[in-house]
Amino acid sequence: MQPVPEQASALATGPRPFASRLLPRYAQGNVADRSYALALGAFGLAIPVLFAFIVVRVGVASWPAIQRFGLGFVGGTTWDPVAGQFGALPFIFGTLASSLLALLIAVPLSIGLAIFLTELAPRWLAAPIAFGTELLAAIPSVVYGLWAIFVLVPWLRTSIQEPVASAIGDRVGLFAGPAYGSSIMAGGVILAIMIVPFISAVSREVLAAVPVAQREAALALGATRWEMTWQVVLPYAVPGIIGAIILGLGRALGETMAITMVIGNRAEVATSLFAPGATMASVLANEFAEASDDLHLAALMSIGLLLFGITIVVNSVARFLVWRVSLRGGK
Amino acid sequence: MAPPRHAAPLDPLSFRDRRRRISSRIWLALTGVAAALTVLPLLLIFFHLLSAGLGSLNPEFFTSVPAPVAQPGGGVGNGVLGTFLLVGLAGAMGLPVAIGAGVYLAEAEGGPMANGIRFITDVMNGIPSIVIGIFVWAWVVVAMGGFSAFAGGVALAIMLLPMVTRTTEEMVRLVPREIKEGALALGFTRWRTTLGVVLPAARSGILTGVLIALARIAGETAPLLFTAFGNPFWSAGLGEPIAALPVQIFQYAISPFEEQHKQAWAASLLLIALVLAMNLAARFLIRSPYRSR
Repeated sequence: MQPVPEQASALATGPRPFASRLLPRYAQGNVADRSYALALGAFGLAIPVLFAFIVVRVGVASWPAIQRFGLGFVGGTTWDPVAGQFGALPFIFGTLASSLLALLIAVPLSIGLAIFLTELAPRWLAAPIAFGTELLAAIPSVVYGLWAIFVLVPWLRTSIQEPVASAIGDRVGLFAGPAYGSSIMAGGVILAIMIVPFISAVSREVLAAVPVAQREAALALGATRWEMTWQVVLPYAVPGIIGAIILGLGRALGETMAITMVIGNRAEVATSLFAPGATMASVLANEFAEASDDLHLAALMSIGLLLFGITIVVNSVARFLVWRVSLRGGK
Repeated sequence: MAPPRHAAPLDPLSFRDRRRRISSRIWLALTGVAAALTVLPLLLIFFHLLSAGLGSLNPEFFTSVPAPVAQPGGGVGNGVLGTFLLVGLAGAMGLPVAIGAGVYLAEAEGGPMANGIRFITDVMNGIPSIVIGIFVWAWVVVAMGGFSAFAGGVALAIMLLPMVTRTTEEMVRLVPREIKEGALALGFTRWRTTLGVVLPAARSGILTGVLIALARIAGETAPLLFTAFGNPFWSAGLGEPIAALPVQIFQYAISPFEEQHKQAWAASLLLIALVLAMNLAARFLIRSPYRSR
């Protein structure tokens, strides 16, 4: 390393030797500050190290199943711990079906809510409603599950599933079969309630970041308030809102307790919304503590790894989109 | 400036304009309906919690362990204690690292390493809690040879880590630069500036984030199913399985017995009260002078 005079090092902007670039500039010289910088760096590094360790540990634990079933694990439809046959498709399917249903319900509601709060509601109304949705986000998942088991599912069965099934059930495959109550539909509805606070919170932020001048210009051109919102504000906010939706999807994919309690837990690829299903998270919650033989455990671990991978991808995409919009609109 | 007096009266609205005005009203009203529909579940959940759970809250409920299956009486005292122990354990393990990492991110600001760590922290915040559960099972439970309170604490600490790191970073960044520069100008070293000036200035904001994160993990069930596991008795120690309120709610809710359903409602009421109290404390008691809202 080339010796650098004291003053010059404080002002220098050129590249420094790699080793000293790992530490902040102020850590050169003073022993206390150097150890401070080292300690801070260690705390900072703890997170990626832990993350890598999670990936490796779960990956190693699922290796026997990956080795045995290969890619066929993802497409396999049989899940039979007794026979030692493991395929993840029913759970992947259940996860996607319930999450997509949840998005179908939650997206219009949360965007409507976000528009209502940013464009329409007077302060005295907006504040308690925003607070209420924050409370929704704070309710533990298991409490949602309890409520869903004893209130939502019976209501869905008698008020929605039975009438619909008797009216068009035998003609439309989506609503076929007996009305169990516990079903992919129940899972989707409870997931929708749980992700609305997340989607609407981020959507609100994005909508609020749309410059006032844009709104004023639209109004000045004679747009009605709705035309202003629909044609000017929303297009500006769309990438961020898509980010918010994907963030909500990430929550829905990984949600465990509430959905385990209402989805019915049957490892089948069912085409009816009224049929019971299972998700990747729910099969882990149900079977993990009781899995005794190694292959079963490894298969469950693989499902965990798969779920892990999917949520990482989904969350990364969402973060990227939200980050880009806030970069453009906010500052 | 007043509008000119002689301006011609506006044209009567054409049919098209009338339609545009009406459709604007209708769509905006629909957003109000969406808002009402999202708040409705909240009201319903509170209503059912109170009507089904309030009756079972009595002193015995708070102080005793669960009654044998399908017997009336008993309580969730062990679960309440277990939840506090687990959250305390998770806080003791996770908070120092989380706050340290948060300060690191705030101090390092833009560098590629800090950006990478920040990104991983956000991604980690999105890891499903059940995956953290199986990781801690594979790591701690297998190594210790059994379910334990310690393993549950580790799982909750991992959940706590990214949440507190990011709020700490944001709160430290809100501390005005001048305060820090003043301290450095007076000859404080970097670490003394952080410990003596920056952290105290950001204290209430960080505390808010910590309280909200603790409230979140207090209600977590999934990562505890195969780490802390649950225990129908008072727990014997950190190396043994331990009861937790959310796990008890789950077990009671899926059991076939009416008595246990009642306990599940009451326990949920208790858990919600605990979680909301922590959230409200975070919201109202500790207002940071540097927070905008």
